[in-house]
Amino acid sequence: MFDNLKDKLQSVFSTLGKRGALSESDVDNALREVRLALLEADVALPVVKSFIASIRDKAVGATVLKSVRPDQQVIKIVHDGLMEMLGGEASPLKLDVTPPAVILMAGLQGSGKTTTAGKLALHLQQKHKKKVMLASLDLSRPAAREQLRALADQAEAGILPESDTETPVQLTKRAMQAAHLQGFDVLILDTAGRLSIDEAMMAELRDIKAVATPDEILLVADSLTGQDAVTTADAFNNAVGVSGIVLTRLDGDARGGAALSMAQTTGCPVKLVGVGEKLDALEAFDPERMAGRILDMGDVVALVEKAAEAIEEEEAMRMAERMASGKFDMNDFLSQIRQLQKMGGLGGLLGMLPGLGKLQKQIAAAGVDDAMVKRQEAIILSMTKKERVQVGLLNASRRKRIAAGSGTSVQDVNKLVKQYQDMARMMKKMGTKSGAAAMKAMLGGGGGMGGNPMGGGMPSAEQVSQLQQQMQKSGMPGGGGFNPFGKGGGLPGLGGPPRKK
Amino acid sequence: MSWLKKLTAGLKKSSDKVSSSLSGISRLFGKGRIDAASIEEIEEALILADLGVSVASEIAEGLRARNWQGEVTPDVLREALAEQLTDILLPVEKPLTFKQAEGENDLHVILLVGVNGSGKTTTAGKLAARFQAQGRHVVMAAADTFRAAAIEQLSGWGARTDTKVISGERGGDAAALAFRAIDEARADKADVLIIDTAGRLQNRAELMEELAKIIRVIKKQIPEAPQDSLIVLDGTVGQNAIAQMKAFQQTADLTGMVITKLDGTAKGGIVVALAREFGLPVHMVGVGESAEDLQDFTARDFAHALVGLNPE
Repeated sequence: MFDNLKDKLQSVFSTLGKRGALSESDVDNALREVRLALLEADVALPVVKSFIASIRDKAVGATVLKSVRPDQQVIKIVHDGLMEMLGGEASPLKLDVTPPAVILMAGLQGSGKTTTAGKLALHLQQKHKKKVMLASLDLSRPAAREQLRALADQAEAGILPESDTETPVQLTKRAMQAAHLQGFDVLILDTAGRLSIDEAMMAELRDIKAVATPDEILLVADSLTGQDAVTTADAFNNAVGVSGIVLTRLDGDARGGAALSMAQTTGCPVKLVGVGEKLDALEAFDPERMAGRILDMGDVVALVEKAAEAIEEEEAMRMAERMASGKFDMNDFLSQIRQLQKMGGLGGLLGMLPGLGKLQKQIAAAGVDDAMVKRQEAIILSMTKKERVQVGLLNASRRKRIAAGSGTSVQDVNKLVKQYQDMARMMKKMGTKSGAAAMKAMLGGGGGMGGNPMGGGMPSAEQVSQLQQQMQKSGMPGGGGFNPFGKGGGLPGLGGPPRKK
Repeated sequence: MSWLKKLTAGLKKSSDKVSSSLSGISRLFGKGRIDAASIEEIEEALILADLGVSVASEIAEGLRARNWQGEVTPDVLREALAEQLTDILLPVEKPLTFKQAEGENDLHVILLVGVNGSGKTTTAGKLAARFQAQGRHVVMAAADTFRAAAIEQLSGWGARTDTKVISGERGGDAAALAFRAIDEARADKADVLIIDTAGRLQNRAELMEELAKIIRVIKKQIPEAPQDSLIVLDGTVGQNAIAQMKAFQQTADLTGMVITKLDGTAKGGIVVALAREFGLPVHMVGVGESAEDLQDFTARDFAHALVGLNPE
């Protein structure tokens, strides 16, 4: 649909030469694209407007740094502006109160309150060593209480015994007492989903608040939300005074402009994000990452962190040395495949890379999936140690044996060998082509990759690293700001130091 | 009273937005003229209603190109806008219909798919109530074996609507359950089987594969099933709905849409964008929590409600 903002800005500025400062017309042209990108990301129009106005002031007349192109300069300004709007830095939950700290969850139907309550319980118990009690005040949705009870069991948290005769306010009172008497550190109150225009339900929420005097009132909102995010956030904030936002389903592919809309509307930070269906898939909100995501700049920070987690540093160093010396055998190939799996598979990895949204879809369409990666692993594991080092040994009869051993066909083996060769060739070319170009060539489906657009589905460590270099080269000016890769280039970037706040 | 009132009430807030923006254009334009600034305001109002940038500007272009006759009052403008929206929505206005059942192979299977929290389970329950009221014999299958208490939630609807619910173990195989549900529904001589599936984000390949498997298994039993493969979309959803539609279209071969939660402040304008992009029938809209709040979709009324006109 819409190209990545970065590409668009590049084309806006491509007609311009290098200049010392950004002129008004440069900025206006660029901001038109920014506006579109933000709307496309579901940032609410009023927020977009005020944002664009403030950015315009900063951008006009800004000096373009020597080594930087105007489009990069604009992206930097926009990125910084987004970060500022998103609250600058991560904001933790307020838990340092006389126990029990009370957390009230509120939001529309289906926004993910109950699931988030369960996740939060686990999070607080594991990461903060708190003793948590959950209480469901949701009497509307069938089985909402059963759902919370099941989640409490999973999280090994306490749960308020149910009752059919009590109102939400009475339940709240009983929950407060129980949490207090039983020595819980945190009490999480899960409320029924409600529409912000439902007066009776909003009044109920106010009543609950009055009884519970919560330390945190978290508005749980779906990151898939469109323009309505502003209205909802505003209504809840006016009714009960929100203290933080939890954005759910951020593991989807929505750009999540709702985060910006709501943060701006309520003046409250996004505190937590839900990133998966499992109970541990709750993370602290990272404004920098979110800014990148809204701009479709790729979640490069997440990529580096994930890569750093997945890959043993030693292993990365070993790989780096081998690549530098031009040696790259099936063992290396195998270890790349495994790293890839650790990094959440192909889909997850590509989703984090900037501008590759389209490619990701192409790949999905071509049926390159993680099962395929598994097959390739099986093929390599069916090779002898010698064959893995000396790939040249693989004659027809050996290939036949490997195919039989791995439960694949000789064609599959051939394909893998070809991919290995392509990759080995690319190793040598490394540094001669720009990373993204090389990556795109690899993924592009043309280029003699035998119709398989992914060449077998292997964004290698080296490809990733090339991308990192690319990002760094064209990277955001201003030092620490956007560039998540620190000093390192080259492969060690993968195993290198994760960006820490 | 019917659903018109409900939808109008439901869409009131959103139409308020569009219409207040339209009322902002309080000045009258000269004979047959309308200026660029006001068109831009309309475009913005449409964007605010989640129509998306491209459809909004397309509609704005249409207004601009129109041969305006006489004085252009805000009401005239609004009516013109509603007309344009109706034109886009009319092709997708198709109520859910059944083939007449004859023989056991004609068990009508309705599969509900969508992302998490869009309202699949609730819609399943409401659909059951609707069909029961039509005198059909309905069975539901709780194929959401993932979410905690999803089975209980559907069973709750089963009890409410007096509908049998076929369920299995939590964490069990959804496809196997679907298979068994068809057997049981047939044995019960049911007319309709509604299969509720787990919510899944469309970019999760493994979950989409699980859905594909459910459908393969259903087809093994009844080749032409699911006769209705419905995506349930949250009315508050933004531009990501397009990505959702594409992915589910590919995996589940969608036959229609149900838009939920239109009783809130959500505009549901995304329906217009989706109609334009996919042309898939919009069967029903959810405008409230009770069973009768699942209503047939009507293009003209939706369009009028969206721009703040009383659909008579």
